[in-house]
Amino acid sequence: MTKARSAPVDVLDGLLAAREIVVFAGSGGVGKTSVAAATAAAAAVRLGGKVLVLTVDPARRLADALGVEHLGNVERRIPDEEFKQAGADARGELWAAMLDTKQAWDALVLEHTPDEATAYRILENPLYHNITSRFVQSHDYIAMERLYQVHQSGEYDLIVIDTPPTRNAIDFLEAPKRMADFFGGRLLRWMTAPYRAGQGRGARVFEVAARPFYQVADRVLGGQFVHDIGEFFFNFQTMYDGFVERARAVERLLHDRRTTFAVVSTLEAAPLREAELFCSELDDRGFDLGALILNKALPAYFRDPGGHRAAVTLSEHAEPVAQAVAETAGDGPVADREAVGRVLRTVGESFLNFEVVAQRELELQRALPVVPEVVACIPYFEVDIYDLAGLITMGSCLFSDGLFSDGALSEGPS
Amino acid sequence: MSNPDLLSRRLLVVTGKGGVGKTTVTAALALLAAEQGKRVLVVEVDAKGNLTDFFEHRPVGFEPVEVYRGVHVITMDTEASLREYLRIHLRVPVMGRIGPVARAFDFVANAAPGVKEILTIGKIAHEVRESLRGNAPWDLVLVDAAATGHIVAQLGAPETMREFVSVGPVRNQTEWMIDLLSDPAITALNVVATPEEMPVSETIDLVGQVRERLSVPMGAVIVNRVLPELFTHADEEVFESLREPKTSEALDVAVADLTGVGGESRKTAGSVAVLEGARLAVTLRRTRAVHLQRLRDAVDLPLLYLPYVFARDHGMRVTRVIADSLGDELGL
Ligand SMILES: Nc1ncnc2c1ncn2[C@@H]1O[C@H](COP(=O)(O)OP(=O)(O)OP(=O)(O)O)[C@@H](O)[C@H]1O
Ligand SMILES: [Mg+2]
Repeated sequence: MTKARSAPVDVLDGLLAAREIVVFAGSGGVGKTSVAAATAAAAAVRLGGKVLVLTVDPARRLADALGVEHLGNVERRIPDEEFKQAGADARGELWAAMLDTKQAWDALVLEHTPDEATAYRILENPLYHNITSRFVQSHDYIAMERLYQVHQSGEYDLIVIDTPPTRNAIDFLEAPKRMADFFGGRLLRWMTAPYRAGQGRGARVFEVAARPFYQVADRVLGGQFVHDIGEFFFNFQTMYDGFVERARAVERLLHDRRTTFAVVSTLEAAPLREAELFCSELDDRGFDLGALILNKALPAYFRDPGGHRAAVTLSEHAEPVAQAVAETAGDGPVADREAVGRVLRTVGESFLNFEVVAQRELELQRALPVVPEVVACIPYFEVDIYDLAGLITMGSCLFSDGLFSDGALSEGPS
Repeated sequence: MSNPDLLSRRLLVVTGKGGVGKTTVTAALALLAAEQGKRVLVVEVDAKGNLTDFFEHRPVGFEPVEVYRGVHVITMDTEASLREYLRIHLRVPVMGRIGPVARAFDFVANAAPGVKEILTIGKIAHEVRESLRGNAPWDLVLVDAAATGHIVAQLGAPETMREFVSVGPVRNQTEWMIDLLSDPAITALNVVATPEEMPVSETIDLVGQVRERLSVPMGAVIVNRVLPELFTHADEEVFESLREPKTSEALDVAVADLTGVGGESRKTAGSVAVLEGARLAVTLRRTRAVHLQRLRDAVDLPLLYLPYVFARDHGMRVTRVIADSLGDELGL
């Protein structure tokens, strides 16, 4: 568990000023991608410097807003003009890029194979696509690899990286190590032994330990298929040295003082459980947990005791209130007592409904066992965040003197 | 297309973007079907899943456990499935401990397209086939399946296998699975979505992909977490004028008088928060209506609507509420 610290702050200013890399993690559906992009946009506005956001699988409108839809792994600068149109003055520069896993894998294969012929044998093997799209947390590995590359370039003051949607947020932490383990592992040795021994097809020379495996694999998959797989891995293995070395470098970078993690969650039981687990895993593995960001929090007024009393009164005694209102404020639509009564009852009941959820959120937040340096809330925006203005508004919640830094939502972004 | 007659199928697969309510909907469908007198087997594909929570029951394994009258649940386990597969289909004797072999197999399964999925889909198809033959008691097999990103690979595993593996026992197994999965009298794939941008976009994409690449028939799109419509058009006007400063002050005073709040706080009796809360609900619903419309325009499948349930925690009670709504939507 994270060491006891003084009460957490609710803004990211300090953390971002002291770090070069922020890795956004969390389970699917919590809004990680938007929060990462929003943080980067607001950082470019407020902190200055060159800020890069690496996004994974953004919603189409968000990709459009950042202009990265068709750019693959190329980084693009969001022009000052667009900030002006969004009603903001950027002190720094905002850059954005998407993660194109396929393209990044191809580049890696070309870089790490001993010769071009081997590279193409790999790239053209029908198993290659399958393997790169789902093997050993391939997306996670590529995300970390890209992070390493852009950091190495020395171009950026702050890099904000989104992570792929995985069932387990921890997966991507292990991706570099798994990649290394995979290449050094016994299984790969089993699979490729017949080819290393320089034997022809069918004449398999393998360790005794591998025999039951081949018996099952041949029975289930057929000898030819097992042969094809083995041959593919034999070529793949030529990349061993390059991959292992790189995987170690990536791992060092994630442990570096300049890198921190921001865990995103909604205030719902399952994502929060995942987030807690992830926080303690980070701590156990010696990574720096910088912030916990609670997204889509219902506005604080749903927990206002006055609001509760009023809602109860309205849902139970809408008619007398309607009468009093009609008497005081007299004309126009509010003169229709019956309609006003109906509206007031509905409004009261709706409040009590949302209050149940808001109360649950508060309880979950209070019960959080892990308390990082920063715990920040982003309110539930009732309109979609899909343009630069929206991102800046959303990101501003995470900075001091932000628009809604008290967690209460007064008005959504336009 | 309001009544897609879902419950007459023998295999209902439920997918959707992460977190939209696949498990909730699967549990509710199971409850509904069981109460219609059907014997249901629920297969939870995600080993880390929480389906049994929705019945307030402890987690279960690969052997069916009755978690509610008429509802049995199993959790998928590829090693157990491999063992069963070897025994049933290939007549390979079950080895006492297939640990190391299973791990090696797992490795190949990860690398080779379709292998892992075929173990999952094979188990599901096996249960359906056995029930059709009268060897298993299920009237309905319900699958809390992989999320939208992975479902095509999962359901398409038999077809992928057939393509990659030219001969051998596994290939022979793929034929009957494909027949079963593509029979509209037996199988339907259902997608759960919330009326939000990403879930709707993923649903539209998925329906297109399934039609293009699979022969699995589509069932319904289940729109979950639909917020209530608070006002009629006319009442919304009333609501808007209540929010004007003059009226909202009068409202606050009226509320304060009724709740017995006195003094200065009469003007802050909390009705502003209540009105704000309603405004949030109205705008949220309106934002979501746009996505809902997009879904309706792009997808020609029956849509079933389930309400947002405002609840403290999600156990049997919520499963019941959702099941009742599903029943209404299906005209039961
Ligand atoms: N109609 C609803 N109203 C309110 N809350 C709901 C509704 N449907 C689901 N939920 C809640 O949303 C959360 C996610 O639901 P659920 O676990 O069913 O999603 P899932 O799609 O199975 O998620 P995963 O992709 O993680 O398996 C749960 O807390 C559930 O109780
Ligand atoms: Mg689930």
